[in-house]
Amino acid sequence: MSCFKGKYHDELVANATYIGTPGKGILAADESTGTIGKRLSSINVENTENNRRALRELLFCAPGALQYLSGVILFEETLYQKTAGGKPFVDILKDGGVLPGIKVDKGTVELVGTNGETTTQGLDGLAQRCQQYYEAGARFAKWRAVLKIGPNEPTQLAINENANGLARYAVICQENGLVPIVEPEILVDGSHDIERCADVTERVLAACYKALNDHHVLLEGTLLKPNMVTPGSDAKKVSPEVVAYHTLRALQRTMPPAVPAVVFLSGGQSEEEATLNLNAMNKLNTKKPWSLSFSFGRALQQSTLKAWAGKDENVEKARAAFLARCKANSEATLGTYKGDAALGDGASESLHVKDYKY
Amino acid sequence: MSAFVGKYAEELIKNAKYIATPGKGILAADESTGTIGKRLSSINVENIESNRQALRELLFTSPNALPYLSGVILFEETLYQKSSDGKPFVEILQENNVIPGIKVDKGTVELAGTNGETTTQGFDSLGARCAQYYKAGARFAKWRAVLKIGLTEPSELSIQQNAQGLARYAIICQENGLVPIVEPEILTDGDHDIKKCAAATEKVLAAVYKALNEQHVLLEGTLLKPNMVTPGSDSPKVTPEVIAEYTVTALRRTVPAAVPGIVFLSGGQSEEEATLNLDAMNRLDVLKPWTLSFSFGRALQASTLKTWGGKKENVAKAQETFLTRCKANSDATLGKYSGGSASGLASESLFVKGYKY
Repeated sequence: MSCFKGKYHDELVANATYIGTPGKGILAADESTGTIGKRLSSINVENTENNRRALRELLFCAPGALQYLSGVILFEETLYQKTAGGKPFVDILKDGGVLPGIKVDKGTVELVGTNGETTTQGLDGLAQRCQQYYEAGARFAKWRAVLKIGPNEPTQLAINENANGLARYAVICQENGLVPIVEPEILVDGSHDIERCADVTERVLAACYKALNDHHVLLEGTLLKPNMVTPGSDAKKVSPEVVAYHTLRALQRTMPPAVPAVVFLSGGQSEEEATLNLNAMNKLNTKKPWSLSFSFGRALQQSTLKAWAGKDENVEKARAAFLARCKANSEATLGTYKGDAALGDGASESLHVKDYKY
Repeated sequence: MSAFVGKYAEELIKNAKYIATPGKGILAADESTGTIGKRLSSINVENIESNRQALRELLFTSPNALPYLSGVILFEETLYQKSSDGKPFVEILQENNVIPGIKVDKGTVELAGTNGETTTQGFDSLGARCAQYYKAGARFAKWRAVLKIGLTEPSELSIQQNAQGLARYAIICQENGLVPIVEPEILTDGDHDIKKCAAATEKVLAAVYKALNEQHVLLEGTLLKPNMVTPGSDSPKVTPEVIAEYTVTALRRTVPAAVPGIVFLSGGQSEEEATLNLDAMNRLDVLKPWTLSFSFGRALQASTLKTWGGKKENVAKAQETFLTRCKANSDATLGKYSGGSASGLASESLFVKGYKY
């Protein structure tokens, strides 16, 4: 058959479509224990389970924020955590009309013989884990594949390995009721221009969709989480309109209309940059048969983290910062963002870390 | 680079977009000398150059028909022919805003070790030939790849060979100013159901677009000419609405939004069937980022041919018949066809088993 039609078919299509609702997007709060540790230490907060829990409670219970979100990606630990008052996070999200998602990959490993290129692991026992996560309330999953641009990169090996991994992950998710977010992130590191990024992005996305087709993935029940098409981190910046043009063109050339939505990653962009770029894309008058939204981690949490600094007395202030970013990005999905979100401390700060590892 | 942007890039994009104009479509009048011979003999007309010329003149000078056409695909001989009062066909078309196109493939050859599967030839000097055709006024080209459905078909080899072939042809065309129509026809022959056709179509189209990407083809300057998704010829028929749903779903799953238009082949469908199916697709309330139109040969000419019968005194009547089919299909591209232009002739199946051009 062309695509796999299992028992979750209708649910997958409905959930994928819902996540792409205009005006909403995804909060990527799936930082692994190690990664969230880096964030916490940057605001001098100890990396304990309670602090990790407190941060997520700050976010998920921010008044008025959930209306701008259609999904939240969680790390496994968080899927089973509760508020201080004992309510499971999963229930908080569901009550707020937000689908819980789960990171299911187990990080990257280097491909021997390449110049630091990687593939992603996590396929072993993936079906069983997905079933468990579904039982715990998750309805979508995320798997991050990583590629880089260099003189010889990405190599055909890296492209094939990562595309194949994404496709295997995607079909296993669908067999077990989870909408797979397909994330082929091409790192922004480098001094290449935007045309080079466009070229690589188009080749990578074409390989991904060929692999998804080969593996019988139901495209209507998936989402794409790509990088925006931008110049390299060491190259001259361009305007949001230029980013929008190149990004949309790359998607038009590779992404079948059957995919309901694109939820961009923010990479190392500052909060404001990411919002402005997303807004420019939604304003651009060109063919867009899928909705364009966000799946931001750092670009939604940066100023919130700084405002919180781990202190109870700052929670309200931090929540206000978080709400401001959620609202700004919601408007960006509608192309109505006016750049007037009160810029919290750090909202314009680049979040680029060279050779970023989760 | 991602897509090849040569000196013709803007022109290619403009022409592809024009061909995809809603309300218009393509007349496939590119039957080779051998094939047109079969058509002529079916109406007892001798296969000589003047008759071939007369037929095409009948079509191209049909009063009021050309506004419904954005392009006509020609065979090489026809590209250089004139009307009986000495006007080049190419000029007649151009003056009426119809873009001349040219068939550039050289037919199919069997792939050894397969069960009758084929690949398409025509690469030798293709670049030079395209340049010549451009000089003669052609602005788009067509290359027909053929696949079939069977127990083990289409095989991986056949899919790869035909997809790669289409991609090589496409980039060579674009280097020389011709918009390539990409035609991966999956024959209707067989007793398979519509789901099997859908699966094969999705697989083939995915391979085609992967190959086009690899060869740096500028998708905005191409058109797709696929089969509609239907049950096999030996299977029970389904309604136009069912065909529309399966076809549009297959296209949504495989054809990137950058492609401006999709111009269906009619295969062995009758004139009326083809029009009704196209109409149903355009009525379907689902997002379609490319226009859906026609590139019909038999399904535009069958009843016209019969009405003509090779006789001068029938030309006017035959031209009226042709106009009727053109308008019907134009309406179908807008989802506005109200049916009923089906004379008995228009409902006749044009299916020929194992059809060879």
